[in-house]
Amino acid sequence: MADPVLSLRGISKNFGAVAALTEVDLDVSAGEVVAVVGDNGAGKSTLVKILSGVHTADTGTITFESQPVQIGSPAAARHLGIATVFQDLALCENLNVIDNLFLGQELRALRLDDVAMEVRSWELLRQLSAKIPTVRIPVASLSGGQRQTVAIARSLLGDPKIIVLDEPTAALGVAQTAEVLNLIERLRENGHGVIMISHNMADVRAVADTVVVLRLGRNNGVFATGDVSSEDIIAAITGAHDNVVTQRAGRRGATEKGQS
Amino acid sequence: MTDTDTAPRSTATDLQDERLRQSDGVAGSVRALLDRVRGGELGLLPVVAGLVVISTVLQILNPIFLSSTNLVNLLLECVPVGVIALGVVCVLLVGEIDLSVGSISGLASAAVAILFVDQGLPVVVAILAAVALGSLIGWVYAQMFNRFGVPSFVITLAGLLAFVGLQLKVLGPIGSVNLPFDSGLVRFAQLAFLPGWLAYALVVVAAVALFLSGYAHARTRRKAGLSDRSVQALAARSVLLLVGLGFAVWYLNRTRGVGWMFVFFIALILVLHYALSRTRWGKSVYAVGGNVEAARRAGINVRMVYTSVFMLCTSLAAVGGVLAAARLAAANQSTGGGDVNLNAIAAAVIGGTSLFGGRGTAFAALLGILVIQAISSGLTLLNLDSSYRFMVTGAVLLLAVTLDSVARRSRKSSGRA
Ligand SMILES: Nc1ncnc2c1ncn2[C@@H]1O[C@H](COP(=O)(O)OP(=O)(O)OP(=O)(O)O)[C@@H](O)[C@H]1O
Ligand SMILES: [Mg+2]
Repeated sequence: MADPVLSLRGISKNFGAVAALTEVDLDVSAGEVVAVVGDNGAGKSTLVKILSGVHTADTGTITFESQPVQIGSPAAARHLGIATVFQDLALCENLNVIDNLFLGQELRALRLDDVAMEVRSWELLRQLSAKIPTVRIPVASLSGGQRQTVAIARSLLGDPKIIVLDEPTAALGVAQTAEVLNLIERLRENGHGVIMISHNMADVRAVADTVVVLRLGRNNGVFATGDVSSEDIIAAITGAHDNVVTQRAGRRGATEKGQS
Repeated sequence: MTDTDTAPRSTATDLQDERLRQSDGVAGSVRALLDRVRGGELGLLPVVAGLVVISTVLQILNPIFLSSTNLVNLLLECVPVGVIALGVVCVLLVGEIDLSVGSISGLASAAVAILFVDQGLPVVVAILAAVALGSLIGWVYAQMFNRFGVPSFVITLAGLLAFVGLQLKVLGPIGSVNLPFDSGLVRFAQLAFLPGWLAYALVVVAAVALFLSGYAHARTRRKAGLSDRSVQALAARSVLLLVGLGFAVWYLNRTRGVGWMFVFFIALILVLHYALSRTRWGKSVYAVGGNVEAARRAGINVRMVYTSVFMLCTSLAAVGGVLAAARLAAANQSTGGGDVNLNAIAAAVIGGTSLFGGRGTAFAALLGILVIQAISSGLTLLNLDSSYRFMVTGAVLLLAVTLDSVARRSRKSSGRA
């Protein structure tokens, strides 16, 4: 595959006594969807925050388009072309949908172009088949899934090179999940690099080219989606082939056999 | 698509969702307003209602209250504290507070008097110096806040004490400096009124400008395929403004008329309103007040926002102090003391600025200070001393804060928090 657009080497991050990330590597190429999976607390969101400039790594190097870079602030990340949808969405509840979409990058700083922003907002939301009745209500009055759509729409503004999605489909309905997966495929076709964090194996297998497993803050395997089974990924996530997931599957298999 | 003033068109982009209840026409607007109020979006409604009630009661108790003479005076009295309240609105919007605005205004009035009268500097230089001093204080506050994370109420509480001290020090043992009555500054605050024709001309300009900007906006929206207001609605709004302001000007012109200082206050409000609602800076102020972390992650320079807001607040406090000195034609030890501080903060809150941050408009300062001045003037007319004024103002403030909290709760329960 082509040279990676973004590549992380030996990234470590400690929060006091907790080593959230230890020596983590990650590569994303243009037109590639990388799924980062791992158990709760594995360090996925921490990795996302380092990529988006919310936290800075304690050690390690980040290379973007073959240049070593520092991502010292969210503005720096956006300037490079890395857009992020955070797990907690990071929306301002008192502002309306348009204001949230364009927060920090409003059109015409000294005389806001509200019409152009509203038109663009509708375009973005239509693209995601968003079910949002009006863009002029405060985000606080939207449902969880609607908010998630707004957060995803926001990351598409300004044509970023890398889009980082931290559990983008967690709160979405069936149709919106499918739209987001379609969107991810479209992003790949348009040559964007996508980093997707998800607990949903079906989603991961549906769109990801590469699966990167984190376990307790460390790399625990990189797989090409084509030649790996869900069991193998789950084994890497949990750290054992004989794990709670396979045990459950075994039990259900046994009862189903017993019933038939 | 050519000009589609009359041509029928398909549903606008923003009105296509079938769940959207139409808010066309008068009935629709009224229903939309009721929905908003029930959902806790009170806006300026409570304070306008309060103002009407207070004026009615005071007018019944003493018919002089709504006389032209008294209103002319009342509007001028509003300005110094109103300007300070304008700054307080800004800090409240980012969810912080400035408790030292009163003493900063006192210090600024002392500074302007000393520089102008004792040092003999040109009055403009003295004013600029006093305002610059105010900005400097705000800058220091912002550094303390941004770098060391000291809560704003502690920083400004310290400032409150320190600047009262500095004010006493600057004024020296005599403790009072008189400004000459023939100076431009004092005349501006006491004797300068708009000629009648100019006042009416400004009203007409305002109404026409409101209509034209609304019309231009509606046209761009229509061209972009969005819903727009009808020409009738826009015209009705402008006529309403024309008649309302026209009547006010006519009534005030029966005696002295509209003071220049009040026009200055209105101009400040309009500028701030524009900055808050139509610029990127304004949006970032609301964003920081709503969710600092989200604002930071959106790439907003949060520290810069805090710095600008603290500096704006202290600068406006200094301007208010200068105007207070001009109004009194003197700066003394009690300028900016007493209830100035609390009135300024109370005005912002009574006007509907939320203490929880992220909600409020520049007009809150105007409406809030009108309520406070109305109470003050009305009780003075009734020959009640300041003990009653304090108690009534306190009760109104409590009412306003309670409304704010209740509104916040109903926003939460109707998902608008
Ligand atoms: N701001 C912080 N301060 C202290 N510790 C933190 C902070 N953020 C994360 N951690 C710790 O770092 C570890 C990894 O957290 P992280 O949020 O990255 O997990 P995650 O993989 O995203 O989990 P989940 O699947 O539950 O979202 C956890 O042990 C967490 O307690
Ligand atoms: Mg997470």
